Amino acid sequence: MATMDTAEPSRRDFLYIATGAVAAVGAASAVWPFIDQMNPDASALAMASTEVDVSAVAPGQIITVKWRGKPVFIRNRTPDEMKKLDAMDVKSLKDPQSDADRVKKGHENLLVVVGVCTHLGCVPLGHAGDHDGWFCPCHGSHYDASGRIHAGPAPLNLPVPPYEFISDKVVKIG
Amino acid sequence: MSGHSTYTPSNGFTRWLDARLPIIRLSYDSFVAYPTPRNLNYWWTFGGILSMMLAVQLITGIVLVMHYTPNTLMAFASVEHIMRDVNWGWLIRYMHANGASMFFVAVYIHILRGMYYGSYKAPREILWILGVVIYLLMMATAFMGYVLPWGQMSFWGATVITNLFSAIPLIGDPIVIWLWGGFSVDNPTLNRFFSLHYLLPFVIAAVVVLHVWALHVVGQNNPTGVEVKSEQDTVAFTPYATLKDAFGMSAFLVLFCWFLFYTPNYMGHPDNYIPANPMVTPAHIVPEWYFLPFYAILRSIPDKLGGVIAMFGAIAVLFVLPWLDTSKVKSSTYRPLYKQFFWILVVVGLGLGYLGSQPAEGGYVIASRILTAWYFFHFLVILPVVGLIEKPKPVPESITAAVLAKNAAH
Ligand code: FES
Repeated sequence: MATMDTAEPSRRDFLYIATGAVAAVGAASAVWPFIDQMNPDASALAMASTEVDVSAVAPGQIITVKWRGKPVFIRNRTPDEMKKLDAMDVKSLKDPQSDADRVKKGHENLLVVVGVCTHLGCVPLGHAGDHDGWFCPCHGSHYDASGRIHAGPAPLNLPVPPYEFISDKVVKIG
Repeated sequence: MSGHSTYTPSNGFTRWLDARLPIIRLSYDSFVAYPTPRNLNYWWTFGGILSMMLAVQLITGIVLVMHYTPNTLMAFASVEHIMRDVNWGWLIRYMHANGASMFFVAVYIHILRGMYYGSYKAPREILWILGVVIYLLMMATAFMGYVLPWGQMSFWGATVITNLFSAIPLIGDPIVIWLWGGFSVDNPTLNRFFSLHYLLPFVIAAVVVLHVWALHVVGQNNPTGVEVKSEQDTVAFTPYATLKDAFGMSAFLVLFCWFLFYTPNYMGHPDNYIPANPMVTPAHIVPEWYFLPFYAILRSIPDKLGGVIAMFGAIAVLFVLPWLDTSKVKSSTYRPLYKQFFWILVVVGLGLGYLGSQPAEGGYVIASRILTAWYFFHFLVILPVVGLIEKPKPVPESITAAVLAKNAAH
């Protein structure tokens, strides 16, 4: 073939390329189920929401509930803690977000965040660290009482999961 | 394997077999008649020691699987069942757990021997790269094996290590969820780690075959770094290397048995005797000792993605080592300047290991940063530059000349 310098692609070349292309698509579609089987299965997706009665969470208290296999912190913040948060300069944060954007209107004292450090996934300790919010012992990340990152290797604030108040007392997460 | 075969089948059966499957010939040429440099020292016995440890891990592992249950509800209890109820279960499990540590002891010595004597230089680049591949596979296997007992360190080690991938921009989070098979480390994760932990040692064994094949094509390096020039420079593998290896293995087994019978939990972590709890992270989590230097590098960088890149980079740099070293002289014996930097690197590596075991705060972080910087400086700057400016000592004409000179001096 190499010695026959035909400038025009022949019909045979076309057939080779077409056959190869079909084989490649076929191989890729045969591989996909073997890759996709590792994604969360139907039973993992089904555990998507949790309901919690928050009326018993006293001011200053943090409770931990399980949602999708992960801890979620529900913290009833004291007026003192709220005052400290208000005084903070939001713009100087690594992941700037105001406290008001992280809570529901009418329930400003109640913070709901996923309790998984945004660095490498440890569960931070409550009422600890430089800002009396959370401290992650794994590699030293400091969060404030709004779950916002102040210092350490974590890049982002503790995420607020999707949730809503389905009554005055009960929160539905997920 | 290079050169002609000296094997002659001795009887009718072996003649018949040799004409159909020359497997005895292959073994004879590779492990009996195979010429090895006559000046090999005991640092060269670690290849044999590593093969022995791979066999120990395979055999004990296959036995453990006969009693272990890969399910989050039963895994921890099944390991305790092995320890308390299964006949000799305690022995076999401690062999496997301590065997993993001893495997890494041997591989680190083997790697450092290669670095000291320049065993990665032409024509041994592929041999070296295959070795780095084996080392990577060993790390993956060890990590997944550590998850299986489903203790607190298993769970949180798995969480932290898999989360390393979340540092990848955009596709990081989907990759982590894919690795977990859920939204956190859970039963699907344990099951797949178990499957892969069983598979990977056989992959390692296959790469070891390639590693030995490449070794037998280019021949062994030796303490002088001078290539074999004549038959005088070599001795037959059996009995010389075989017996020397056997002695090295026996000595290594003494150390192994000391850990195994006198302090079997020394290299483990007590928190792993607490069943996994996804709601509480232990106050101080550390990986197994053989990962500590890389863990220190990860934590020394105050940025998530940067830390992950530095950690993987620390291993990746080994792949290109043959091209970073500009010196033509292989052995450190004749490289006065490089020899000093080699020992500094050993100290830096030990220092990083120590720092990786300490909490990430204050002076520890600063020290990790300095040592991490030195680690990369060594490979990326010192190695290429020293090769250019160093004046090596005169290299002996041949292995035989070096041996005779040494004996004459006595
Ligand atoms: S996981 Fe929290 S600081 Fe690393």
